[in-house]
Amino acid sequence: MSSGVQTAGAVVLAVAALSGAVIAVLRLRSRRGIATAMQRATYEVLHTAGLAAEPLRGGLDAATAGKAARHLRTLVGATGLSIADDHRCLAFDGRGSHHGDQLAAAARRALKSGRCIVLTAAELPCDRVDCAVRGAVVAPLAKPDGQASAAMAATIDDHPAPGLVQATLEVARWAGAQLALAELESSRERLARAEVRALRAQISPHFIYNALTAIASFVRTDPERARELILEFAEFTRYSFRAHGEFTTLAEELRSIDRYLTIERARFGDRLQVRLQIAPEVLPVGLPFLCLQPLVENAVRHGLSRKPGVGMVSIEARDAGAECHITVEDDGVGMDPAVFAPDRPETDDGQHVGLSNVDERLRSVFGDHFGLVVETAPDAGTKVSMRVPKFHPGVHP
Amino acid sequence: MPVNPYLLPSLIVVVLVTVGIGAYGLRFARTTSDFLVASRAISPAWNAAAISGEYLSAASFLGIAGLILRYGVDVLWYPVGFAAGYLALLLFVAAPLRRSGAFTLPDFCQVRLRSPFLRRLATVFVVFIGCLYLVPQLQGAGLTFGTLTGGSYAWGALLVALVVTANVALGGMRAITFVQAFQYWLKLTALAVPVIFLVLQWQADGRPAVTPPTGPTFPAATTVQIRQDATISTAAGTVSVHRGDRLSFAAGDPVPVVSTTEDRRGADWLRPGGDGSLFATYSLILATFLGTMGLPHVLVRFYTNPDGTSARRTTLVVLGLVGLFYLLPTLYGVLGRIYTPQLLMTGRTDAVVLLLPEAILGGGHLGQLLGALVTAGALAAFLSTSSGLLTSVAGVVFTDMMGADRGGSVRDFRIATVLAAVLPTTLALFVSDMDISQVVGLAFAVAASSFCPLLVLGIWWRRLTDVGAAAGVLAGGGAAMAAVLVTVLGPDLPGWTGQAIEQPAAWTVPLAFAVMIAGSLCTGRRVPRDIGATMMRLHAPESLRL
Repeated sequence: MSSGVQTAGAVVLAVAALSGAVIAVLRLRSRRGIATAMQRATYEVLHTAGLAAEPLRGGLDAATAGKAARHLRTLVGATGLSIADDHRCLAFDGRGSHHGDQLAAAARRALKSGRCIVLTAAELPCDRVDCAVRGAVVAPLAKPDGQASAAMAATIDDHPAPGLVQATLEVARWAGAQLALAELESSRERLARAEVRALRAQISPHFIYNALTAIASFVRTDPERARELILEFAEFTRYSFRAHGEFTTLAEELRSIDRYLTIERARFGDRLQVRLQIAPEVLPVGLPFLCLQPLVENAVRHGLSRKPGVGMVSIEARDAGAECHITVEDDGVGMDPAVFAPDRPETDDGQHVGLSNVDERLRSVFGDHFGLVVETAPDAGTKVSMRVPKFHPGVHP
Repeated sequence: MPVNPYLLPSLIVVVLVTVGIGAYGLRFARTTSDFLVASRAISPAWNAAAISGEYLSAASFLGIAGLILRYGVDVLWYPVGFAAGYLALLLFVAAPLRRSGAFTLPDFCQVRLRSPFLRRLATVFVVFIGCLYLVPQLQGAGLTFGTLTGGSYAWGALLVALVVTANVALGGMRAITFVQAFQYWLKLTALAVPVIFLVLQWQADGRPAVTPPTGPTFPAATTVQIRQDATISTAAGTVSVHRGDRLSFAAGDPVPVVSTTEDRRGADWLRPGGDGSLFATYSLILATFLGTMGLPHVLVRFYTNPDGTSARRTTLVVLGLVGLFYLLPTLYGVLGRIYTPQLLMTGRTDAVVLLLPEAILGGGHLGQLLGALVTAGALAAFLSTSSGLLTSVAGVVFTDMMGADRGGSVRDFRIATVLAAVLPTTLALFVSDMDISQVVGLAFAVAASSFCPLLVLGIWWRRLTDVGAAAGVLAGGGAAMAAVLVTVLGPDLPGWTGQAIEQPAAWTVPLAFAVMIAGSLCTGRRVPRDIGATMMRLHAPESLRL
């Protein structure tokens, strides 16, 4: 290639790099360089609020209160700010911390009455000569439903002006909303954990009964096989009821499915055919505990046991770049897709409770785009597929 | 030039076997008894063969022999470094990286430093290194095509780029581990079997000297076609020749020096450290020793290991397999000095591996068969490496640039693949006259100055912060990147600056480490709060079940 072309290439590349840099700088400037004072004020308030929201979202204790108090004080514009619950003062930021006990007492009163209290210099007696605190506003951190478990007190070197009272009230209400969000988040997590527990409990009754009767039928005729089956069953329950860890690997989940299928084959015999196709590259993929096994159980239970003749369950895991694609398919009686309609009340025959539980857990871990895809129709079998990213922050198998 | 009749069948066989393993090499199980076999993790031996197969590129298969033919003992550092890079990977990175659960390098940034900015920065570097590494693969393809069929270089490069892009975009490589493992053994066979015959023939020829005191001579009557206007100096004097001229030489004639190609003659070829190349040598050693751990397509293969211990074991086996392979190109380079000295005149030294079997054994069946085998190996080299590279670059583009976490589709992945293939293909058409191994060396230099400090400090130093890491990557990696762009696209620079730009690792790697450490010490408050837990995950053996 001639050097002219190379030079031209170099020039084009340099121009591209330069224009990229210019665009980057402009975008940065547009973020920082705010035109009017009004905009700057809005930006600063929202920025400080954002900084305060971060610790508050973790729930309220001495550590998070200490971090939030600093930013809340800036927001109110007070010289000192304390956060207290009904037992004690959690944190104090700024000047006047020796008034902590008085403020905590006022906070208790405010929490009891649910209303804002304004303290004047007379109500804040002090024997320190250098103390400049002349007034305080105490407001409960009320949640949207009106309940409050903590209050904040803003101190000032002057008689509390209506402006300060108003600002304190608004900031307190805002902080209360953040605390409510924190509670919501933790209750959502609790709910997810409860769902896993419910799922574990849900697996057992039918299956345990069927497994035990199947094993019982071998005890006399083939004691060796019965022994093996009982061991498999023991291993299976150990995995299903294990106490630790919300996540597992595809390999472990497959191992548990193998035990499950061994027991089911004892019951169905040659009626149950299994086909498995796994790309070994995706075996270490991390996924929520017990999110594949209910699908297989579903395929066996609803796809095959209600149908005469031989039934086939196939499990496939494919490597797809940064993701793993898993499908569980059966050629059983299928379902009416209408049972999955969102407005349909849940039935308790377990037809799709397992599926929607897995779907919800996948979505809550990986995001809304990683739910289950179910393809089914009456008498046309069922195919359930899911996508699992090979890496997701927070998933540690 | 007559085309080797075994060539086409052997290439077709390689492509068919590859596609066959790719499509049907998945493990099947029909009964529950082999269920466990199907869901068992891949053994370190298979995995190591797959990593070696993906790693041994056109640069290793063709480039190293060409460099040795031209420069001699100095460039032995290339094969040594390419293999020794796995030692650094084994000692510092393999097991902790696997335990982190990261699939790509940007993932590791997120696990260790939780910084979205650093993740984006790492993405940029992964794409850049991947593209830079793809260029020499396509160059090798173009060169092979041109050498064997007499067709044009550009068409060969384009053809392979198209085939690889289509294969990756359509998801043709499903059983990727087995395909890559097969490619490794094919490449090893394709060099090891012919070299036995070549060395035997050399014995039979009475062991001609590699560096006769009078300089290299033509072993047989040869016609050389000149590719660029140049002056030729022989003992008789200096002649100028023009593009397209054909010069004929008789057996035993000394090989003249052509002004447009650079090579070492006589004792210089045998002696290390020619004209002030100590800096370049240290740069090369640093780049290749530390760069391997930053290659995106190698690191994603480690994900297949079930745990940190097997990752370490895999790396150890890779070290052996790769080391075994690198013994062979050196022999080709040395034998090429005796039997194909005309390449010193044309400058296409990278073709020595392809031409040697027929040059030594003659145009008979044996020569043609072995020639076809070597070519099949070369095809495997650039197909496997470029498929792996393109897959990982496209994966990163898909995840981090097209927002796959917000719902990417198969179509988006295909678009990402095409996007990732366009830039290297264009570049490959522009840089046809650079040595393959040197371009690969540049990719190693960028990897060594960006990801090596990030990984080593990230894994072994608690106090690394996101700001420090980003500053170090920007300073070291950015400097290496700029040096690469100047080398590939810019004018030739004279003297010290030229050397520092051509082999930048010796100053960019220390720069990256220094900036990263200084930046982290200055921003000590930004150390992630859960650093203890992260470090525990990286370093505690899985058997502890913590």
